[in-house]
Amino acid sequence: MPPRYLLRVTEQPRLAEQNAAVLLPEPFVKWFGEKGWSPRVHQLELLAKAKSGQSVLLIAPTGAGKTLAGFLPSLTELANRPKRKPGQAHRGIHTLYISPLKALAVDIERNLGKPVEEIGLPVTIETRTGDTPSHKRQRQKLVPPDILLTTPEQLALLIASNDAKRFFEDLRYVVLDELHSLVTSKRGHLLALGLARLRAFIPRLQTIGLSATVAEPDELRRWLVAQNPPGDMAGLITVAGGAKPDISILDSRERVPWSGHSARYAIPEIYEAIKEHRTTLLFVNTRSQAELLFQELWRANEDSLPIALHHGSLDVGQRRRVEKAMADNALRAIVATSTLDLGIDWGDVDLVVHVGAPKGASRLAQRIGRANHRMDEPSKAILIPANRFEVLECRAALDANYLGAQDTPPLIKGALDVLSQHVLGVACGGPFDADLLFEEVRGAAPYAALERETFDRVVDFVASGGYALKNYERYARIRRNKDGLWRISHPSVAQQYRLNVGTIVEMPELNIRYVRQGRGMAGRGGPVLGKIEEYFAETLRPGDNFLFAGKVLRFEGIRENECVVSNGAGANIIVPSYAGGKFPLSTYLAEQVRGMLADSDRWKLLPEQVADWLRIQQEKSVLPKRGDLLVETFPRGNRHYMVAYPFEGRLAHQTLGMLLTRRLERAHARPLGFVATDYSLAVWALDDMAALFKARKPSLGQLFDEDMLGDDLEDWLNESWMLKRTFRTCAVIAGLIEKRFPGQEKSGRQVTVSADLIYDVLRSHEPDHILLQATRADASAGLLDVSRLGEMLSRVRGRIMHKHLDQISPLAVPVMLEIGKESVNGGANDTLLMEAADLVEEAMGDRT
Amino acid sequence: MNFSLSRATLIAEADLVGIAGERAVCDRRGVLYFPDLRLLAVSDLHLEKGSSFAKRGALIPPYDTGATLLRLQAVIADYQPRIVVSLGDSFHDGGGAERMHSSFRERLEAMMAGRDWFWVAGNHDPDAPADLPGETVRELAVGSLLFRHEPSKTRIEGEISGHLHPCARIVQRGRSVRRRCFAADGGRMIMPAFGAYTGSLNVLDRAYAGLFRLETLVAYMLGADRIFAISGSMLRPG
Repeated sequence: MPPRYLLRVTEQPRLAEQNAAVLLPEPFVKWFGEKGWSPRVHQLELLAKAKSGQSVLLIAPTGAGKTLAGFLPSLTELANRPKRKPGQAHRGIHTLYISPLKALAVDIERNLGKPVEEIGLPVTIETRTGDTPSHKRQRQKLVPPDILLTTPEQLALLIASNDAKRFFEDLRYVVLDELHSLVTSKRGHLLALGLARLRAFIPRLQTIGLSATVAEPDELRRWLVAQNPPGDMAGLITVAGGAKPDISILDSRERVPWSGHSARYAIPEIYEAIKEHRTTLLFVNTRSQAELLFQELWRANEDSLPIALHHGSLDVGQRRRVEKAMADNALRAIVATSTLDLGIDWGDVDLVVHVGAPKGASRLAQRIGRANHRMDEPSKAILIPANRFEVLECRAALDANYLGAQDTPPLIKGALDVLSQHVLGVACGGPFDADLLFEEVRGAAPYAALERETFDRVVDFVASGGYALKNYERYARIRRNKDGLWRISHPSVAQQYRLNVGTIVEMPELNIRYVRQGRGMAGRGGPVLGKIEEYFAETLRPGDNFLFAGKVLRFEGIRENECVVSNGAGANIIVPSYAGGKFPLSTYLAEQVRGMLADSDRWKLLPEQVADWLRIQQEKSVLPKRGDLLVETFPRGNRHYMVAYPFEGRLAHQTLGMLLTRRLERAHARPLGFVATDYSLAVWALDDMAALFKARKPSLGQLFDEDMLGDDLEDWLNESWMLKRTFRTCAVIAGLIEKRFPGQEKSGRQVTVSADLIYDVLRSHEPDHILLQATRADASAGLLDVSRLGEMLSRVRGRIMHKHLDQISPLAVPVMLEIGKESVNGGANDTLLMEAADLVEEAMGDRT
Repeated sequence: MNFSLSRATLIAEADLVGIAGERAVCDRRGVLYFPDLRLLAVSDLHLEKGSSFAKRGALIPPYDTGATLLRLQAVIADYQPRIVVSLGDSFHDGGGAERMHSSFRERLEAMMAGRDWFWVAGNHDPDAPADLPGETVRELAVGSLLFRHEPSKTRIEGEISGHLHPCARIVQRGRSVRRRCFAADGGRMIMPAFGAYTGSLNVLDRAYAGLFRLETLVAYMLGADRIFAISGSMLRPG
């Protein structure tokens, strides 16, 4: 079977053939002819632009032949290159390919190797990843391949070696795969800085970006070229999407639940769909959902269909086995999280089932694109909303997909912790001049607006910590010599840098070690099933049962960095929660959902039971107009509740909840707590908040005033565990705390403890330190979603609709059901200690 | 995610603890005070830990010595002890006292003035700190008490030591709370580490094996406003 990306002839065969004859070297034309294929228009267009010296962004859907397009400029150039004569020096790397996943690099090596061999090109292709053995790395330094397939971290390492300039002297192209996913993270910042360095080595370097459809292509076009002059852009080639996907929302025979994320109600219908298709890919949003869905499917699996599980916490070996089985078409279904989002070829998937709301229209499009992998055939997908609000969200996402709307997140400014790491890396590669490096860094799009003063503080931080108290000059890692150049002060600095490179800082995790039942903590030597976050393991008691890797496990205890488990059973099974992996609802979808609520004409597209729910809400309370914020108040039990419906995602709502309760506390409303979902927020208090609003003490408008983002936010932030967690990440990336020591992995806990202590000390002594600035910027953009909250507060100014009710409204039910469901977090730790101490006192009397 | 606000008003109160017949205050800030002896004990200050790391290339903030001394100053001002015992590992390494910034040295000397000050030798700082007053001792006996850095393998009633940096952990309502603590069983006590950059080790770790009578073990956990006495049976490892 021919590779998929060459399966069809292009839309304009004649034009393509003419172009092909001009652009393609003879062996390529012959190869296409022998296969009975023609090159596609966008492939030739990209080749033409590259030949003219341009960098190019190619935006194309899955299955459009992006990979071959990306490599055509390199392959054609390499085909015409004169042969190396015996005795002549080895040539350097011609093309660098960078992808976000190791697995993708390996996949490409295989897919590209085939045409190269068939055309008979004298081209060597090799991968270099974290898994590449050191002898191969050394050999690659001496005898580099023509095309090197690698990751952003490996590029950073290559650049930081003292022969980098020579190693890259023959480099012509950098091909960046899955660019849309690379650019949104700190890895993207590291990569952008690496590219800037490469451009300093080789000014005529060209980049080729391959991307799925994004909301703002110009952002990526700027990203690909030096921002010198600012605003410069790469060329753009866009391939229109293939056939419209066939997406439906499950119209269940069952009752759609009010709240929750398990979608358990739909299991029989999902199982039927699996039986009716060849291979089904089931996407969920979190690892916990993956575990639950997998468990439920197997409970329903009367025919013992091969159904597998794939998520990021599972042991790597296990994941590889699943991937291989998938590629061999040995599976009927696979339950997966975002670890399978990216473009690896997974065999013949003919149905994508998305369980839970997709949270973003573009994410949904990319996931649906995993089915069929052929551009001209419609992908088939079923959305399974897990609760009623998710029905609205699925509907909005489905409409957006038919409209081709995109809501990929906007790019964020380059992070300073990443810049610190890069500056040290540059110094490890050789002496640098600060003026020149500043210009170079500003050439990288994420850092185009970087100010000189900030850059100088970063250099100062890298040198001696950047503290106001100049205690560490004698321990400086880099020093400015008489010639004005900065150099590392000792070779050990470079060694340390190499061990800490990268921007992925894992949460402290424990290995899950399986031992035979009944052996308890004495059991040893069983297999490692995967990893679990430490803070979850800490809440378990020996004997607790929890779900992992599709098995019920009994928790035995924690031994060093391992969580010891045996076979479990029983009714009370806990599903681990994971810190990451929860995507916020995109601004675009939120807007669409608000629009749908306001427009009763559109309810007829919704399942009857959901439309009914909205109609009763209309009757008993009110539905807000599109731009308005509805706030309901009602008494219940001996509490008073306030429920707001901003639809801005859980993170922004959590921040809002924290700030509102602080304000209500000051207004003596005696708030007791709050709970946030993606759609709404509920606060409860001992006092009647509606009466407060009526007496304007404060008014609702005052309560939701934007000024809460000032001092209130600042005060709360400083105490917040979220900031500590963010600080730890920044400190590791910036090289303040080591990820690991030579020869010894530091366990997560040691890093955590010291990072927290450092944070406390630094905050009280130098609150303006550059690393704390970086931490606040990160937290505002990430865990707190402050910018989104700010936009919402300014949007609803003067448009807050207060409805006081005698009892709970239908729309409030979902968030009210969340109360008490999840574990409490933040604040009040001492209350728990007091409870424990009181228990002891009760039991033991005065004896303590 | 749910958030509950603390409703309880916590009253700052120091518990009196008996050790080998002597009565002591376990202060929530991590020091031990014997009112009858007017003696204040503090353990594992690890001064100049920051610069010790910096020397090896990890440029963590140089404010730990200042922060630790500030807190020490506060408790000394509150209790006005006649005798101060620093239970060892007062400096993170042998060169610590020498590296200390002159302003910190002055602050420390002001605290020491007019009191009997004992530096108990620790594993990090076996020798007397350079150019500082005070007496350096291996161990110190006062009344029925014996102050030393490392807890001895053979049980000594009235022994007060440090070295292990104890902390304790409880799980209450599905949440885990870990705090530094004084660990005591009525006969001996291990003090929490006081230094700003000192980590901690759970009292149920095997490093403590055999040190305590488990049936009377109590962890005095440090809270924001008070000490919480938690019986050994409530504690969790890890």
